[in-house]
This record gives sequence, structure tokens and C-alpha cells, in this order.
Amino acid sequence: MILKPTIHDIKIVGYYLGKIILGLACTMIIPILIGLGAGEINPALDFLIGLEIGLIFGLILTKICYTERDLNWMQGMIVVSLSWLAAMLLGAIPMYLSGHWGSYLDTCFDSMSGFATTGLTLVQNLDHISLAHNLWRHLIMFIGGQGIVIIALSFFVKGASGAFKMYVGEARDEKIMPNVMHTSRFIWLVSIVYLILGTLILGIVGALGGMKPSNAFFHGACVFMAAFDTGGFAPQSQNILYYHSFVFEIVTIAIMILGALNFKLHYHIWMGNRKEIFKNIETITLFITVIITFSITATGLTQAGIYPKAVMLFRKGFYQLISGHTGTGFQTIYARQFVNEWSHLALVGVILAMGLGGAVCSTTGAIKMLRIGIIFKALVEDIKRIILPERAIVVQKFHHIKEIFLEDKQVRGALLITLAYLVLYGLGSCVGMFYGYPFLESLFESTSAAANVGLSCGITAPSMPAVLKMTYIFQMWAGRLEFMSVFTLIGFFVAAIKGK
Amino acid sequence: MIRLQITDYPGVKSGSRPNIKIARRDRLQMRIFTLFSVFCSLFSVCYAQPLSSTELINNAKQLDGKIITYKGEVIGEVMKRADFAWVNVNDGINAVGIWIPFSLAREITYTGSYKAKGDIIEVSGVFHRACPEHGGDLDIHAQTLRKIDSGRFTRERLNPAKRNQALILLGVLFLVWILTLFLRK
Repeated sequence: MILKPTIHDIKIVGYYLGKIILGLACTMIIPILIGLGAGEINPALDFLIGLEIGLIFGLILTKICYTERDLNWMQGMIVVSLSWLAAMLLGAIPMYLSGHWGSYLDTCFDSMSGFATTGLTLVQNLDHISLAHNLWRHLIMFIGGQGIVIIALSFFVKGASGAFKMYVGEARDEKIMPNVMHTSRFIWLVSIVYLILGTLILGIVGALGGMKPSNAFFHGACVFMAAFDTGGFAPQSQNILYYHSFVFEIVTIAIMILGALNFKLHYHIWMGNRKEIFKNIETITLFITVIITFSITATGLTQAGIYPKAVMLFRKGFYQLISGHTGTGFQTIYARQFVNEWSHLALVGVILAMGLGGAVCSTTGAIKMLRIGIIFKALVEDIKRIILPERAIVVQKFHHIKEIFLEDKQVRGALLITLAYLVLYGLGSCVGMFYGYPFLESLFESTSAAANVGLSCGITAPSMPAVLKMTYIFQMWAGRLEFMSVFTLIGFFVAAIKGK
Repeated sequence: MIRLQITDYPGVKSGSRPNIKIARRDRLQMRIFTLFSVFCSLFSVCYAQPLSSTELINNAKQLDGKIITYKGEVIGEVMKRADFAWVNVNDGINAVGIWIPFSLAREITYTGSYKAKGDIIEVSGVFHRACPEHGGDLDIHAQTLRKIDSGRFTRERLNPAKRNQALILLGVLFLVWILTLFLRK
């Protein structure tokens, strides 16, 4: 029997949702200050309007739904899934007011793309956008990459044991420290330390590359946020191609890889346990899958004969591949070059890389390395069972911070999420093909959206059908939250209608 | 030579069948030649006309290594690299990187941003589908630059509708805040 949600369920969800909206609204103070500092009055007003709307809704929800009760699992999951939708709607307001997007749907697309750290964009005339709006595009990636709920956990939710349920609902099932609030603060600490360092390095590289220092550091901060959070937006319409700099590309590759590593691994490296990076199942799997997918891509590109020199193959082939594998979506080629110049085999290599993703508890999307590693270990275990005598006891272990015995429960979980991702990749491809796009292009764009990558072969454009835009929004949302909270929300609505 | 063949028809007697055949063949040759000349001149005119970024990206293989003309607004900033500079030029659809001697880039005064409309320039140079000198970038190595239209700073005026919306919402927010204070009591 399905139980109908009670008024208490709705109140508790409303209360925590209100708190998260308040937190998100407060982040708009940053672009307001930037706008005022740069003398951009109208953009500052856009964010003031967004801030006011967020505060009004947040205040109403927290007061009407005030409760001292703690969240249960279902409520935690629903708060998370609704928070991401609320973030999309709220974050889109100042962007829509700027006039750089064709419709509110387009703005919602970019807002979800930013928060989910995807990087697909429908912005128009990006090269003339204000600093405040440009910063906001990257800031939402920084917020979304660490996790919208993490902000609330870090600053607004105090002492609630239900915090862990929201933390898990945001696709982070690993605690770095015993306390989930300390874990959130550690994630912020890591991110802010890297932000300062990354901005400095990229700023210096930009300035040496001929940019004005003020511009170079602004671009450095924006590109860092997009790279570390494996987002993929860039301040100019040409993305990373704008800089025409090999050194800039090398630095962004390093930042993208840092962003694709597990925050728990960062913690252990910070604590001096550097050997962990060579033993961890995720880093080993990442290394192997990068080699395999790059081999496929490089073979395809060699067949096409477009990049005859090694440096060209690295800057174009390897860069797009690592950008796809880490789920970033930075491009140093034009979207249509994927279709016009690259061979099908090269595209398949990039699609595979995008579908696999980075580490769990990182800012990447997609299936992720731990699951791929577990599935591979399970396969090896099964093969051993067939080969070895029946009496032999086969035990499989893997190293992830500590030695862990492989259990059926872990394999089942990994396979289920992998299957869900494959279905999601397929869903977007079918919708793309329904609108007449070729199979490989549809699969490329769909995988990019669902795996929160952001590489585009040209389908994503303001002129694409509205249904396809909504499909990609759904894919980005479900892919970022890794399904569970989305399924819980659907279940919640079903229970509200059919429950007793 | 061709002209002689057309007008004089040497060795051809009028009225005879073979002569008519030869005359027809010559006329046909003449027409083909005229058509070819017109096609060639049209083609050269086309190349003198600026190509769009979409044409460059979609026909990159055919245009690779050719001298082309491209026109658009300078965006971002001029990035000086020794004696050369990178200039990114947007034609309204995409921006393309132009590798240009810095002496030519000096002509650029305004670059497009939120606060300025960049200079509109026309460059001619060698188009590269995957430039071997610049790590495979799709770019143009400019040989000439012509400023078509000068850019300008854009003055931002306060949008009264936005100001009013912000003020109304501020009032609503204040009201909600007051109400929530009562709700707490």
C-alpha cells in the first residue's frame, strides 16, 4: 500500500527548501558587487531583482513551513531534487533579464547546465555580456560543482542529522570526515584554496599571453571555476580556443584532472598519503580508460589525417578527450568540426570517454570510475570462478582508501547506476533522432548532456526544438543527481495522487 | 590565336558540310571558353568577397591553404605575441582567430565587450583548417587588414523598468519580512 504524503512531509520539505533558496539567493550578492564595481548598473539590477525574489520565496517557505523536525531519507531526497529545480529557476532570472538569451526556457537550460556543471549553452552574443553575468555563469558552476546542498549544510543547517540524507541525495555517498558538516566545509576549503592558486596561475599565463592583467585574472577565475568543477563554460564564445595558448591548455588540463578526482583522495593527499593516488582503484581505472579511449580517438583522427603532427594531435585530440572524460566540456575546436573533420571512430572514442566520467565524490558526472572498476573486478571474479576448481574460494578485493572486499551488493549498485546512465544516454539520442538529427550526433550530444560534460557537435543551439531543450535539461538534472533523488521525487508525486 | 580561329576560319570554304561542322565546333569551343571565363571571373569575385565563419568551418577542407577575406567585429582584446598578435574576429555567428603582424594590429582601436562595440575589420590572408604552426587551430594568417568601421564605447543608461521592478520587490520583501516577524510571535 502506498502512503499518501502527510502535511508534515510537505512542511519539512518546504522548510529545508526555503533555507536552500535563501542560501542561493545570497550568492547573488557577489555579482551585484562585481556589477557595481565595474559600473554595470543594469546587470547589478538584474541580480538585485533575482536576490529579492529568492529572499521573498525563501522567507515565505521557511516561516510557513517552520518545523524543528529532522529529515527522513525520503524527505531528504525530495529536498535535494526540488532544490536543484529551484536553483535552475532562480539562477535563470538575472540571466533572462540580461537579454542575452532567446527565451526563459533557454535561460533555464543554461542555468541547469551551469549548476549541473555541464557546459552546454544557448547564450547569444556572449562576447558582449557584462562581467556580472559572465561571473554568474561560472559561479553557478562553482556552487553546483561543490553541491547546492553543501552550501546549506555549511552555512545554514546546524546540527541536523538529516543533513547526511541531503548530502547523499546530491550524489555524494562518501563522507570524508565523520561529520557531514565538516565534510562540506572541507570540500569548500579544498575548492577555495585551489581557486586562489588556479586563478593566480591562469591569470599569469593569460597576462604573459598578451591579455591585460585585470582581464587575465578575471578570465583566470572564471576558467578555473569551470575547469575545477568540470563545468565547461568559458568567458568568450570561442571557449578555450579564444586564448590560442598551449600553456593555457596544459594548465586547464591539470585543473580538469584535479576536479575529476575524489575529494576523499584530495584529503588523503593533503594529509601526506601520496601513495594513495597510485593505489586507488579510481585513479588506476581513470588512467586505463584514458589510454583506451585516447587510442580509439587517435586512431580515428589519424585515419582522417587532419592532425599530422603530434602536438596537433595532443592539443586537439587529447584535449577534447580529456575534457570529455573529466566531464568538463572545454573545446579548442568548433562544434561542427567534430562532425565535418573528425572520423566516426574518433567521435566514438570521445563518446565513450564522456560516458565513463571521473571519480565519485568529485564534481564530475557520468557512470564514474569506481563503478567501472567494481564492474571490471566482478567480471574478473566471475571468470576466475569459471576457470578455477569448484571448491576454490574466490575472493576479490579492491583498494579505495582502504582494502575493501568486493560484495554482490556493491556490484549490484554499480550495475544499476550504470544501466540507468545507459538508458538516459539512449533516451536523449532517441529524442534527437526523432527531430531528424543523425544517430552519432544525437548520441554525442545526449551523452554530453546526461554525463554533464558539455562538449557539443553543434546540435545545442537556440534554434533547436523546445522538447529537445527540455529533454537535455532533464538529462542534466537526473545525471547530476545520479537518479535516486529524482526517482524519489517521482515516487512522491505518485504517492500524492495514488496513496491512501 | 583563338580570336583568329573565330573570325577567319582559315581553310574553310563556305557552304560545304565539313566546313559547317568545323564552324559549329569552333562556335561551341567559343561558348565553352566564354562560359569558363565568366565562371573564373565570378569565382575570383567570390573569393574577394568576405567569407562567413560558417562557410569557413563547413568548407574548411576545400579552403585550406587558400587566401580568403573575412570580415567582422574585433572582440575581447588584441593579444600581443612578440612581433605578432592574436585578434579574435566575430562575424555575428562565430569568432575566428586571426594571426596578424602586430604592426597591422595597431590599427585596431576598439575591441568588443559589454562596454564597447569593437572595430569592424576586413582581413585577407591564408586560411588554415588545422594550422601546423598553432597546434591545429582553425585560423587565418592575415596579410592585410582594413578597418571598415570604427568601434565606440557604449554608454549604459539606467533601465527605468528594471529600477521600478527592483523597488517594488524591495517593498514586497520588506512586507514579507514584517509579516514573518508577526508569524514568529
